[in-house]
Amino acid sequence: MTRETVINGLLALLLLGVPLWAYLADEPFLITLATKVAILALAGVGLNIALGQGGLVSLGHAAFFGIGGYAMGILASHAQSYTPLAEWPWTIEGSNSMPVIWITAVVTSALAALVIGALSLRTSGVYFIMITLAFGQMLYYFAISWPAYGGEDGLSIYVRNGFPGLNTLDPIQFFAITYVILIATLFFAARLTRSPFGLALNAARQTSERVETVGIVPYQLRLTVFVISGAITGLAGALFADLNRFVSPSMLSWHTSGELMIFIILGGTARLFGPLAGAAAFIVLEQMLGGLSDYWHIHLGLLLLVVVLFARGGIIGTLAGEEVRHD
Amino acid sequence: MTDPILSVHNINKSFGALKASQDVSLDLRPGEIHALIGPNGAGKSTLIKQIAGGLRPDSGMVRFLNQDVTHLNTVKRARMGLGRTFQISSLAMEDTVLQNVMLGALGAHGRTFRFWRPVLRDKALREIAEAALARVNLSDRASFRTSDLSHGQRRQLEVAVALTLSPRVFIMDEPMAGLGASGSVSLTAFLDELRHEAPILLVEHDMDAVFALADRISVLVYGQVIATGTVDEIRANPEVRRAYLGDET
Repeated sequence: MTRETVINGLLALLLLGVPLWAYLADEPFLITLATKVAILALAGVGLNIALGQGGLVSLGHAAFFGIGGYAMGILASHAQSYTPLAEWPWTIEGSNSMPVIWITAVVTSALAALVIGALSLRTSGVYFIMITLAFGQMLYYFAISWPAYGGEDGLSIYVRNGFPGLNTLDPIQFFAITYVILIATLFFAARLTRSPFGLALNAARQTSERVETVGIVPYQLRLTVFVISGAITGLAGALFADLNRFVSPSMLSWHTSGELMIFIILGGTARLFGPLAGAAAFIVLEQMLGGLSDYWHIHLGLLLLVVVLFARGGIIGTLAGEEVRHD
Repeated sequence: MTDPILSVHNINKSFGALKASQDVSLDLRPGEIHALIGPNGAGKSTLIKQIAGGLRPDSGMVRFLNQDVTHLNTVKRARMGLGRTFQISSLAMEDTVLQNVMLGALGAHGRTFRFWRPVLRDKALREIAEAALARVNLSDRASFRTSDLSHGQRRQLEVAVALTLSPRVFIMDEPMAGLGASGSVSLTAFLDELRHEAPILLVEHDMDAVFALADRISVLVYGQVIATGTVDEIRANPEVRRAYLGDET
């Protein structure tokens, strides 16, 4: 077992242990915080697959996070008001069932990623960053100017959506759902890295020319990973909306994209558990520094500067040392 | 005479006023090593790119396996069996040596879009990869990070990746560069055997290797082929001596 595996295991246990302790100590706020960490980490895992494995610096992942959020918001608001979403050509009813909402979120954000990726991936480098940002902002302004679903004010959902056999309004049960999804996704991400696809994708990030020379099209690899990445971030968006019982255009704004990026840089780019470490550090800092001053982002900025200058591997990289790849 | 496997017909390529390829024609027949020599800046790499697919000629035609491939991209030509090694190593430096050859095996077998099973546990691919490493004597370096290899070992790995493709032709851009004396000798012996598997278009500065290996040599100067012939013909050609071999007499 490598040092990184041990650290990853400890992180996973910590994320499980804190809310369990909070449950016993009757501190529901802490459970909600841990749930937030799990969900944001999941969104970060999505971005990290594209960024760390594929080298795709997307500054538009808020688009997928927001689409997931609105998938929940739209379905649940129709279920809430007993009005169908569409009556022609088929009647589509709203839904307050989590599995239905998740599938919708995953499919719609994957489709969005397919379209955005197909266009953006014709560029690379700084152009790719700008064009993904532009797509994200486009959706943001669209959501603001779309009155049917709350426009700028967003959409409130009064009751958390349901999951068969669970009481999702109980914080610890909702946390359990997000935790299981996060761990399952991390497991999938770990498998993906070592799969044939992961090998080719990682090679394409390092040397596109080589990948072509062995008869593999780098564009196809990148588009595929962009879709996978968008789908995961979209699922996180649906969970995030369910946590807050509220969706608003701010989920789609570039601040959100930036925060996802911060989780990854803080935690360690391309490290499997980087997004979890980063999201946890971010939320803890937000709680600690946010209590001291409204301008806590200044301190966050300084910290990011230190990480980028002196600890390139982020939290995981600093703790675990240089990455060792094995099979 | 047997039909050429790969042929280039009257290729022209200009970059602004610079004519990188002027009416270049050459071919590669089964079982031969055809060396392409010429001074720096003669347009060898530009020609290789047009043959391999990275660059499209302004006019002229590239034929491979009796098919016009002028408008096919690198990926399609690679899938048809065009195996290429690079002048400047373009290996995945963060990956292990084994992972680099596995990539070749993966590409050749079109099993890329699989997301679950670890690639290193794919026995069939692994056999191909390990066999290729063994052939270039890199087996004991399989688990090394590629960036930790010496320059010469990276050249060997380049060749190993090309081997995993079981190509119909090899196009090798300066495989001997930086190899050292003993490395050159063993690679020369290796290429001597390899030509029976698939013919080799060899761009090389190491004249000992070229004269030892080549069945035919083409000399490229200022984007033009000034001579094509056997080793003895090229050695005796006064124009080649003047332009390239540095003979002033």
